[in-house]
Amino acid sequence: MSGNSNRNVLTVSEITGEIKKNLEESFQSINVIGEISNFKPHVSGHWYFTLKDTGAQISCTMWRGLNSQVYFTPQDGMKIVATGKISVFAPRGSYQLDVKFMQPAGQGELQAAFEKLKQKLHTEGLFDLHYKKEIPAMPQKIGIVTASDGAAFKDMINIASRRFPLVELIIVPTRVQGSGAAESISENIIRLNNETDVDVIIIGRGGGSLEDLWAFNEEIVARAVFDSKIPIISAVGHEVDFTISDFVADLRAPTPSAAMELATPDSGELFAFISDFSYTSTNNIENLLEEMNQKIGQTIKSYGFNIPFDLIKNYSQSLDNSLYKLNANINSSVKDINSQLKLLDKTIKSYDLKETLRRGFTIISQDSKVVSRSKDYDYNKKAKIKFYDDEIEIN
Amino acid sequence: MSKKKSTFEDSLHRLEKISELLESETDLDESIKLYEEGVKLSKECYKKLAEAELKITELKKELDTD
Repeated sequence: MSGNSNRNVLTVSEITGEIKKNLEESFQSINVIGEISNFKPHVSGHWYFTLKDTGAQISCTMWRGLNSQVYFTPQDGMKIVATGKISVFAPRGSYQLDVKFMQPAGQGELQAAFEKLKQKLHTEGLFDLHYKKEIPAMPQKIGIVTASDGAAFKDMINIASRRFPLVELIIVPTRVQGSGAAESISENIIRLNNETDVDVIIIGRGGGSLEDLWAFNEEIVARAVFDSKIPIISAVGHEVDFTISDFVADLRAPTPSAAMELATPDSGELFAFISDFSYTSTNNIENLLEEMNQKIGQTIKSYGFNIPFDLIKNYSQSLDNSLYKLNANINSSVKDINSQLKLLDKTIKSYDLKETLRRGFTIISQDSKVVSRSKDYDYNKKAKIKFYDDEIEIN
Repeated sequence: MSKKKSTFEDSLHRLEKISELLESETDLDESIKLYEEGVKLSKECYKKLAEAELKITELKKELDTD
């Protein structure tokens, strides 16, 4: 018995080495389905967790370089299919599954993770309406977190240049699906907050599968959206796709194009507003002028306004009267003076003649005309000689 | 980061305000002054909007500084 057993004695290292060799050779590439529990992302970047079902459990590790390729963040309770190999850690006599790749066991798993995170954030108040910031009506700059070569960005450019080309778009090229997408999205939201003065941010991407859109359901994105000081419009996939970021964002748009429409005013409406101004204001001014005109007209016709004119008329009439009277008076005075003057003149003249005659001169006249020169005297006619005292006739 | 002083939006708001004021203003001098300002603003806004071209800037990835 003991001799036999001597032959079969193995050291712990020997048996562990055998086990390691057997297990690792047998299970170099296996797919294991199970539920995650005790999930621990280590600061080193490695993941440690347990996969279990109702009857058993197995320790799992997933190294940093590999887990960065996983598009979703594992959660306890999530059923996954892990692909990897069995490795035995001799110093502890333990075996584990080295996971190279994992995916949810079904879409229901992602859905469940989605509901779970949604419930958690809802309870924390991240969706509360009173945290929602107002989207500016007329932004000068719009920050865009999406893939710079994606269709979503092209659509947004088209909408912006059609609706409101005054705006500036600031695109931060972002990984929106696959590994590192959630980190890329949240980092870029933070960068837009810290490095730019954009008025609003649109985060989003075009349509895709639930897996493609998954980054927008990650907690890290939800937190970045919630912490943003700049209002955020979330526009992920199509109308029917709802993501966690939609709930946290200040506004949800059904598509990226719709987000750009919500973020920009329509320049057609702005043109209409401007023409409307020109029309109504010109009308207002014209009405005011017309009103003023009427007021002036009424004032001119008013009784009170015309009193001074009446006064002027009255004065002018009485002035005319006075002038008339004055004229009449002057005329009669002048006439009187004239006739007096004539009388005086006659008197003066007669006095002058009489005096001459008295001094001995005579006046000779023929045919009632005074003959003052001898050459005018007609010897064939009668002549009258006027003396001082009398007049005689000679032949 | 500070904003530019006079923006398109400010101009439009002023235009809106002038439009309102004109409806209630009765002083002719004041009205004409407002109207002149409004016409000038509306022309500027129209021109800005009509001549605008969409500007697209890319926020480059920072070099690793930390």
